[in-house]
Amino acid sequence: MEQKQTQERPRSVRLTYQAAEMVVAVAIFLIGVAMMMDGYRVGMGWAPEGPEAGYFPFRTGAIIGISSLVVFLRALLGKHRNHELFVSRDRFRQVLYVLIPAVLYVLVTQFIGIYVASALFIGGFMRVMARFNWLKVILVSVCISAALFYAFEIQFMVPLPKGPLESLFGY
Amino acid sequence: MENVLNLFHGFSVILSWYNLGMMAVGLILGVIVGVLPGLGGPNGVAILLPLTFTMSPTSAIVMLSCIYWGSLFAGAITSILFNIPGESHSVATTFDGYPLAQQGRAGEALTASFTGSFFGALFSVLMITFLAPLVANFALHFGPPEFFAVYFLTFASFIGTGKDTAKTVIALMLGFGLAQIGMDNVSGTLRLTFGWSELLRGVDFLVVVIGLFGVAEILVSMEEGLKFEGVHAKINATVVWQTWKKLPKYWLTLLSGAVIGAWMGFKPGGATAASFMSYGLAKRFSKNGDKFGTGELEGVLAPETAAHGSGCAALLPMMALGIPGSATAAVLLGGLMIWGLQPGPLLFVEQKDFVWGLVASMYLSNVVGLVIVLFTVPLFAAILRIPFSIIAPVIVVVCAVGAYTVNNAMFNIWVMLLFGVIGYVFKKLDYPLAPLILALVLGDATEVSFRQAILGSQGALSVFFSNWLVGAMMAAGLLLAFSPAMALAWGKFRQALAR
Repeated sequence: MEQKQTQERPRSVRLTYQAAEMVVAVAIFLIGVAMMMDGYRVGMGWAPEGPEAGYFPFRTGAIIGISSLVVFLRALLGKHRNHELFVSRDRFRQVLYVLIPAVLYVLVTQFIGIYVASALFIGGFMRVMARFNWLKVILVSVCISAALFYAFEIQFMVPLPKGPLESLFGY
Repeated sequence: MENVLNLFHGFSVILSWYNLGMMAVGLILGVIVGVLPGLGGPNGVAILLPLTFTMSPTSAIVMLSCIYWGSLFAGAITSILFNIPGESHSVATTFDGYPLAQQGRAGEALTASFTGSFFGALFSVLMITFLAPLVANFALHFGPPEFFAVYFLTFASFIGTGKDTAKTVIALMLGFGLAQIGMDNVSGTLRLTFGWSELLRGVDFLVVVIGLFGVAEILVSMEEGLKFEGVHAKINATVVWQTWKKLPKYWLTLLSGAVIGAWMGFKPGGATAASFMSYGLAKRFSKNGDKFGTGELEGVLAPETAAHGSGCAALLPMMALGIPGSATAAVLLGGLMIWGLQPGPLLFVEQKDFVWGLVASMYLSNVVGLVIVLFTVPLFAAILRIPFSIIAPVIVVVCAVGAYTVNNAMFNIWVMLLFGVIGYVFKKLDYPLAPLILALVLGDATEVSFRQAILGSQGALSVFFSNWLVGAMMAAGLLLAFSPAMALAWGKFRQALAR
């Protein structure tokens, strides 16, 4: 498991833990502000019959804002600033290898249904990432999709998104 | 005595072939889910929950709780054989479990940890049997202010015991914020939807769980470039018997682990703390304490007993008060609401079949679970030898299907992906996820109880200190919530004195 960290190499962009901490804190701060604004919009005060709809969102947002400010300042000025690399380029590439195909997978599911998309996603991943031979790729991906189809459409009677291929078979 | 009768009634409820089948299915699925990276207790239950909508609540809870037990048992398999803690509460198990496996004593370590788990579970179930009705009875007299105080105390205990106060508060409040999205259930006003019609019905906690625990885990695993280098395990009757003969010697470790587990599980977010605490105690008081970390059987027993015990005990407050003690219990609680049951003390009055069926199933399923894991470990360990390039996409697919089926919406899958990314970042930056889930599940109930209490008192906040019970709970909650700040101030004060 212990791989040598290939840090330090790319000089151009260096996202440290400190920087990541601060970026996330800012994002959370903005969420807090958005909540406060929406809470204010629907009424954050006290109506005769008790708190208004925005009472909780406004205060929740305020606490989020304050806490994220604490996290931000601590990352900026705190004693234990962490200047280590948040994620090295190589490692992050690994993450993107899953994330980007996963996004594409969801996108494609909307058009061709989840079963075909799943087969393509699993098969493509196996082929590109690990160079399985085509027989294995097709066998595994089609079998898993077929098993899903059997389980959900036939056994549980829970319809999942389907596309042109399924309608060809009358589903 | 009444409890024992109720328990027998519970057994009569669950002893049907159908329920026993559900139990076995749940246990096996639970172990698989626990062994696979990216899936775990909360996530496994969340994915399968939508499939139980049409089942009777008792069968459904039997199956889903069995997934929970299975995943608790499974934590030990990955920790011992692969040195990979599947969940944070099995981190302590790797300290002595993996060295044992390297010495060729994997079978012993696994047997010990499963048996310890079983012992811890049994202890907690006994406690639930006798204590839960008392707690529920007591809670029957609760009104909205008391319930709000209990919720408040729960959240405060996260803040008080969290590693990083600011991040725990953020996680809690983000959970609350997510719960508030959609229609306000008192006034009917739309809030936090920002004009997005998809958000009208709110963000479903199941989708959030699947994203935060499932997809995020896959991303983290990818980044770590997991290569599973496992030790082969041989478990046969001789090994099991030999190990069992050694166990009575460690009765004190077992007992203290079980007590710590039961106690920490009752409070929210306890399993991880319980396992470390139990390990620490065993190390401190064992004759071989100095050898801990090099492969001591006791070092496996202690954390596993406590972790599984606390996992079981987490169901006590879930059933009796409607407050889950762990992330998985939170998902189960959400299931209760979906099946149309109102969690809380009334459950013990109105849904006797359900409550006692569940308790009875906990006895039975932990026995069955022990037998299953002892006999099938090599099978499950083999799952981890499937290349990650197959497992990763399959898990993403399973998560997507799970998210979609929550309410048949494509939008859910996108939300799941979003929370996958959020979960990845949060995990790397040490934001705790359990408080977020808990606040998301309990958010509505908390707000409603607050508003009802306030309505009853015509707007006076003094209602939260109107009698000794609610006052004491609120005071304890406030104390816990502000304890990190007070500790900080006290530290500064002492520094100033020293100067």
